[in-house]
Amino acid sequence: MSRVARAQLAVVCGFFAVLELLTRAGAIGPLTMIPPSAMAARLWTMLMDGEINAAMAQTFANVAIAFALSVGLGFAAGLTIHGLPRLRRLFDPLLASYYAVPFFVFYPLLIALFGLNRWPLVAIGLVFGAAAMVIATLNGLDRVPPVLRKLARAHGLGRAQAILLVVLPAAAPHLFTGLKLSLAYSFIGVIAGEFILSGSGLGHAIADAYDSFDNPTMYALMLFVVALAISLNAALHVWEQRMMARRSRR
Amino acid sequence: MPATGDPRARLSGVTKVFDTGNRQGTVHALGPVDLDLAAGEFVTVVGPSGCGKTTLLETLAGLTSPSAGTVAFEGKPVLGKVPRGIGIVFQEDASLPWLTVWDNIAFGLRRAGLAADEIRARVDYAVSFMGLGAFAAAYPAQLSGGMRQRVCIARTLVLQPRLILLDEPFGALDQQTRLLMGDEVLRLWRETKASVLLITHAIDEAVMLADRVGILSARPGRFIELVETGWPASRSSRIVAEEAFGRLTAHIWSKLRVEAMKALGRVGEVSRAGP
Amino acid sequence: MSVRDAGERRSLRLGDAGLLLLFVVLAWQALYEAVGEVALTPPVATLANAGALLRSPVFWGHAGATASAFTASLAIGAAAGVAAGLALGFRRFSGLVAEPILTSLYTLPKVTLYPLVLLVFGLGLSAKIAFGVMHGVIPVILFTMNAVRNVDPVHLKTARALNLTALQTAATILAPAVAPEIFTGLRVGFSLTLLGVIIGEMFASQRGLGFMIINGINTHNVPTMMAVILLIVAFAVAAGTLLLVADHKLHRRR
Repeated sequence: MSRVARAQLAVVCGFFAVLELLTRAGAIGPLTMIPPSAMAARLWTMLMDGEINAAMAQTFANVAIAFALSVGLGFAAGLTIHGLPRLRRLFDPLLASYYAVPFFVFYPLLIALFGLNRWPLVAIGLVFGAAAMVIATLNGLDRVPPVLRKLARAHGLGRAQAILLVVLPAAAPHLFTGLKLSLAYSFIGVIAGEFILSGSGLGHAIADAYDSFDNPTMYALMLFVVALAISLNAALHVWEQRMMARRSRR
Repeated sequence: MPATGDPRARLSGVTKVFDTGNRQGTVHALGPVDLDLAAGEFVTVVGPSGCGKTTLLETLAGLTSPSAGTVAFEGKPVLGKVPRGIGIVFQEDASLPWLTVWDNIAFGLRRAGLAADEIRARVDYAVSFMGLGAFAAAYPAQLSGGMRQRVCIARTLVLQPRLILLDEPFGALDQQTRLLMGDEVLRLWRETKASVLLITHAIDEAVMLADRVGILSARPGRFIELVETGWPASRSSRIVAEEAFGRLTAHIWSKLRVEAMKALGRVGEVSRAGP
Repeated sequence: MSVRDAGERRSLRLGDAGLLLLFVVLAWQALYEAVGEVALTPPVATLANAGALLRSPVFWGHAGATASAFTASLAIGAAAGVAAGLALGFRRFSGLVAEPILTSLYTLPKVTLYPLVLLVFGLGLSAKIAFGVMHGVIPVILFTMNAVRNVDPVHLKTARALNLTALQTAATILAPAVAPEIFTGLRVGFSLTLLGVIIGEMFASQRGLGFMIINGINTHNVPTMMAVILLIVAFAVAAGTLLLVADHKLHRRR
């Protein structure tokens, strides 16, 4: 384990240790926050009893669908917009202010469109996740060295071949960033949608626990969501480092 | 059918005018230029910066179409596509960072749809010919700039081109490495019997490598003179010690000096006028 | 480039923007035809409602509440973000340790932490501000940190060769070198802070544009909800475009 990784572990553990001390000592009251160990204990029983299995299954399925659609549609849109400079000039300012729009306020509209099922939530996840992929795709395509495009022509590659064999691998580091952000935003979109408006899923379970003053359950679920987001992120980070190590030693 | 009398490549009255994008005008970058490259001939082109050297090479390759004039490779017109039989080595590092050295060199062969053992034989040969044996499994990121440029040269070599175009291939390398890489290119040229056109801004490199040196004027580039060097095919970088080398270099510099000053003066005008 | 060309290009771009706007309006109208008034109002009516809102003092009361919370969030987020980013940028090791932790925090669904914010700050202005800062501060830190890391060492050597004092180096070399990237971070932080404040108002407040939206949703007052969203989007896009133009100008100068 590297020095940096050890320090990171120390920071995270230290944070929870301080929180544990403050809550145990009563510096933070039990109505505000419960000790992390109590959160973990409550989470453990919840996982063992299977009381959040249904919520988990629903949330994960929605996130997975939203993520897959985000990446596919976002990449296709990025490729199209990159090929049309006039469209690009219009979209740049829109993409720059995109994340200021609280899209989940359109949840009622989405229910009117799709009905009361999973698709309004998937749509919110998609609306959040796709833009990150579009932006990353544009970034990646912008940074493909012109000499590699010339190389493709020098080898007589057609348009599709050039994209598949040269442009995509060259843009891969940025596309990977897009993948990571897209997953994170799909997750944020789905959970936020559930939290604010929906009647099921992990996000709703947190809101429900909050409304019924069930702090242990609420904090246990928060811990779960946070741990999930961080471990997904960490796993993708490690995978990315492995994949990119050989090309970035310049 | 290419007539037997056709040169390997021919540029006739080639001119390139770029549209600057804003309607204020166009830039006359090159020409008119005429050049015949004989089979097996090594021609280098020197010229001041911005004289259209790279445009000349890309027009010959079919990467850019000329505004006027014609380009022919082995008697057939070159129209908007790079013909089979022409290999190009670019000025910038064009190694593909996601492929190993071996796979980089095999890149073009795989596109050409050759049998696997033919590909293996040719790549293995090129790897050892370019002295890359110890690095076949390495990624470009682990190599020096000179080594990476060797990978790009090897990638062109395995396609067995009949015309090799090199655009300032050693521009980013230090002087000593450049002379040694020049030796490699000469060795490669003798081995493949291909025609070579090499663009450079270094006069010594141009003189040492070439059968003929083309001197381009400041923009728009036109040939001021095509100088025969008279070197034997067996030449190497040791030629720099010869008296004739000094004479040729001095002659070319006397022609180029004025053009280089024009190119500089142009820069001065622009900066005085402001953006 | 002559003045005429710039004018021509601008009119071309305006024409394209007009086409895009037309497309959005038509798609919106089609959506309305398909879904009906339960969930949205048509473009023209929404624009009229927005106009009426802009003339009503009630709206300006809510807008003022949002504006003050947003300004406070932005000021706190910018100051804290730049300070933390500078500190982490200059301390290489701390930066390496902090970066993945910060990216993880950035990818959290922060909405789920909202109850925590409410329990800590209580209902009201401070919770809104805290939520805005939570959303906006991390990109500011990350961009600032990378700006400092990417300062070209040769510029610092030049400063030493010219015998500049630490203060002179900071003012004449470092500040201009890091400013464009920090601006980009603030631009990204701007959008996210706005989002955070609006979400904050949706739960924790009886005032502000976010409250108007959630109130519209809860009371099925679709016209008001749509008009408020239209105004927020218009503001976000207008501000985002201006900041983007300034951002491009700053970066091009280098």
